Amino acid sequence: MHGWAIAKRIQQLSSEVLQVQQGSLYPALHRLEQQGWIEAKWAESETGRQAKFYSLTAAGRGQLEKETANWNRLSAAIDLIVTEA
Amino acid sequence: MRWLMQLRMRIQMLFQRGQAGAQLDEELRFHLDQQIAENLAAGMSAEEARFAALRAFGNPALLREQARAAWSWTGLELLWRDVWYGVRTLKRSPGFAAIAILVMALGIGANVAMFTVVRSVLLKPLPFQDPDRLVRVFEHTNDGEFSFNIVPGGVYSEWKKQSRSFTDLALIGEAEFNLSGAGGQLPEFAHGANCTWNLFSTLGVKPALGRDFTAADDQPSANGTVLLSWGLWKRRFGGDPAILNQTIHLNRQSYTVIGIMPAWFAYPDASTQLWTPVYYDKPASVMRSLQDHEFPVIGRLGPGVTAEQGRAELSVIVRRLHDQHRNQALIGKAAEVRPLLEDIVGGIKQPLYVLLTATGCVLLIACLNVANLLVARAAARRKELAIRAALGGGRLRLLRERLMESFLLSTAGGALGLLLAYGAVQWLVHTRHDLSRVEAVHVDGVVALFTVGLIVLCALFAGLIASWTARDKRLLASLQDSARSSSSSQAHTGLRRALLAAEVGLTVVLLVAAGLLLKSYARLRSSDMGCATQNVLTMRLALFGGRYGEPAQLVNFYTALLTRVRALPGVEAAGFVQAVPGQGYWGDNGFIITEHPPLPQGQAQFAIFRYADPDYFAAMRIPLLRGRSFDPGQKLGLAREVVVSKSFADTYFPGEDPLGKHMRGGMGGVYTIVGVVGDIRYAVSEDPKPMQYYPLLEGLGLENNGTLVIRSGHDVEQLALPVQRIVQELDHDLPVSDVLTMDQLLGKSTVDASFDATLLTGFAALSLLLAGVGLFGVLSYIVAQRTSEIGIRMALGAQREQVLRMMLLDGLRPALFGLAFGLVISVGVARLIRSMLYGTQPLDPTVFAAVAATLLLVAALACMVPAWRASRLDPMKALRTE
Repeated sequence: MHGWAIAKRIQQLSSEVLQVQQGSLYPALHRLEQQGWIEAKWAESETGRQAKFYSLTAAGRGQLEKETANWNRLSAAIDLIVTEA
Repeated sequence: MRWLMQLRMRIQMLFQRGQAGAQLDEELRFHLDQQIAENLAAGMSAEEARFAALRAFGNPALLREQARAAWSWTGLELLWRDVWYGVRTLKRSPGFAAIAILVMALGIGANVAMFTVVRSVLLKPLPFQDPDRLVRVFEHTNDGEFSFNIVPGGVYSEWKKQSRSFTDLALIGEAEFNLSGAGGQLPEFAHGANCTWNLFSTLGVKPALGRDFTAADDQPSANGTVLLSWGLWKRRFGGDPAILNQTIHLNRQSYTVIGIMPAWFAYPDASTQLWTPVYYDKPASVMRSLQDHEFPVIGRLGPGVTAEQGRAELSVIVRRLHDQHRNQALIGKAAEVRPLLEDIVGGIKQPLYVLLTATGCVLLIACLNVANLLVARAAARRKELAIRAALGGGRLRLLRERLMESFLLSTAGGALGLLLAYGAVQWLVHTRHDLSRVEAVHVDGVVALFTVGLIVLCALFAGLIASWTARDKRLLASLQDSARSSSSSQAHTGLRRALLAAEVGLTVVLLVAAGLLLKSYARLRSSDMGCATQNVLTMRLALFGGRYGEPAQLVNFYTALLTRVRALPGVEAAGFVQAVPGQGYWGDNGFIITEHPPLPQGQAQFAIFRYADPDYFAAMRIPLLRGRSFDPGQKLGLAREVVVSKSFADTYFPGEDPLGKHMRGGMGGVYTIVGVVGDIRYAVSEDPKPMQYYPLLEGLGLENNGTLVIRSGHDVEQLALPVQRIVQELDHDLPVSDVLTMDQLLGKSTVDASFDATLLTGFAALSLLLAGVGLFGVLSYIVAQRTSEIGIRMALGAQREQVLRMMLLDGLRPALFGLAFGLVISVGVARLIRSMLYGTQPLDPTVFAAVAATLLLVAALACMVPAWRASRLDPMKALRTE
């Protein structure tokens, strides 16, 4: 998936609540790439132009699971606090 | 596997940065185009779609920067950019860059060279095994006369026998050798050493080839053995290992070469070319004597024993000897001990540290000067910097740039300085063979590290001082500051004036120190030796072996030599003496004046001892004050006459006539005093001491070495070859050494003082130049800044002289402050270097006055040009300048 599509996808999935600015998106993507969690290759996009496509690496997948678990714990905890209060 | 990907990523980012940049641009453009396409699809017009997309997209340059910040090597990239920026800025003013680099190079180079010498000579441990356990041992007379006296052979053997604190004690004495030529080689004179067999094992050194001495080699009945220095082996024997177990002839006796010492080994000093066993070489009587102070002794302290414990034990032993032999008054009463390293380099420690401090001052002045230049540039670029700060240039970013400039300058200066230092060290090693441990002086890794440290320090120092002034909080004021508000520049020059005052102050300190040393050196060279020093040639001879075994043979040789030399055309007078003035102390001898009441037991009187031929005093123009010289007709056992010096007569015959009195010397026999001669100095820097001269032609059999002196009306050097030829004709196997005029001989003995004074004067002159350039630069800058103010003043009627005076005072004020401050510091510094001075008071008024005058003159000259230029300004033009 290329940068533009990732931004669009986040917007759609969050029902337009989360809008990722380019200023955050690209630095984040480049940082993940430098860390080896995602990899990029140039390919033809749906419009026929060359675009940079990102995909998760094996290491990235592992990291994702770890982070997701973390997030679930944290959000569940916050959820509990918010609903209890 | 992740690390592999990261590695690939890093390599890619390092080497394909340009490509990655192009790809990022492409990626962002794709994003923008997608947005435009979406906007078009939503029904906007082409132009509207484009503007909306751009608005949503934000600042593309910033976005690119932010994405790039996530890449690896970003720090490196920024550094590289700053370096390039710095290089470009410096390239724009190559004159400034060249001066600053040269100044830094001189400062850093001088420091690195001095540091190399100080580290190699003073700080590096000796190249022996466990060098901190090695000490030099002395005898102590307990009466303040000789605290660090060399040791008699008999005392050494008692120490060695009885001491438990030392693992080993070794004895080593200087020796001179005539090395006979073999196979057509010329005979050669070589400095060497007599040592006990355990010297090398005590030091923990083994010969590079062959074997060490054994106890069996070191006794009178053994066969002669010798160890050669690496240098002598290479030079004289072609580095051929076949020399081992061969016989060479030293002083006409056979010695078997048993080994070669390693190339780095130099003990007692670098001039030592061979070592022979002392008990084999020296008469048993000398080795048994308890009074004959002959030999340096070194020792290795046992495990866990302190130097103080060792000293105490040896003191007890020598004290017991003293008490047991009441009739021998010259036995010491205590022992003294000091670390071997200190013993070797103690004498040059202070001069080296003084020179290192001087180079430190030069570097500080160099840094201050470069800082000053950078400040001037920063001031000239104030508007540019203010604009950049207003546009969002980070303070840190701007600071980095300023520092980078000074880093570039000091790195280039440091690299050049390291080359300079390398050259200086090579030069020093070649010109100063006599310096202790000079063979250990090398530029090595630690020196390189020191250079890097120095570069960083200089860069930070100069850069931070310069940035301190660039740190201007009032951006707006800077932007508004136009040439019309002419007094604003005053505040900015305050720091520069302070820097200049500091520079001038340091320069004054260096000038005063250099002036004092120069004056000492001049005093030293002009000190009255008490004899002729012009057109006098000296050369040393040593007569050894069977041909000179009998006193009559020696006397015949000297008589023949002197007769033939005097017959040479051009020779005005010639004589022979044990040692000429300036050649050193040599030896003293106890004596008793038979007309005087006997000395109390345990007391002795002694004076410097010389033997001389009857014409020596006339040849050296040592004035005969009373009586006559030796009777040339009396030879061998008949010549029982002695000549004393004036201070001898004053000391031992106060209010008496010494002529006709009798003295009993150390070697027996009664001598009549026949003459009193003028005092001479045995060393240039030592005051004359009482001396007794005995007749050479008496033939005691001891007079086997000494100095031949030849005086001529002019060009005495031309006589060197004919005289050497006469020596060769008399004895073809007799080498002549140290062929020097009196001037050269005295020059050689003052080389230390001349070296210190010359170097320090060089450093002081350099600082003076730097301070002058600094003053000139600052005042020129002030004049440029105040051009329109001066124009207004002149338009309102100020006279050119008034302007000149105003500007001159403005420039001279920091110089005056610096001078006052420097003179105060100099008073303290002069006291610290008191021990390096000779015949000069630390607060010598002429030196201080000369320094103040020189400095004021240079400062006035440096300020005169810009001040004069200011006074010649055309008011109309000045007012038009913006």
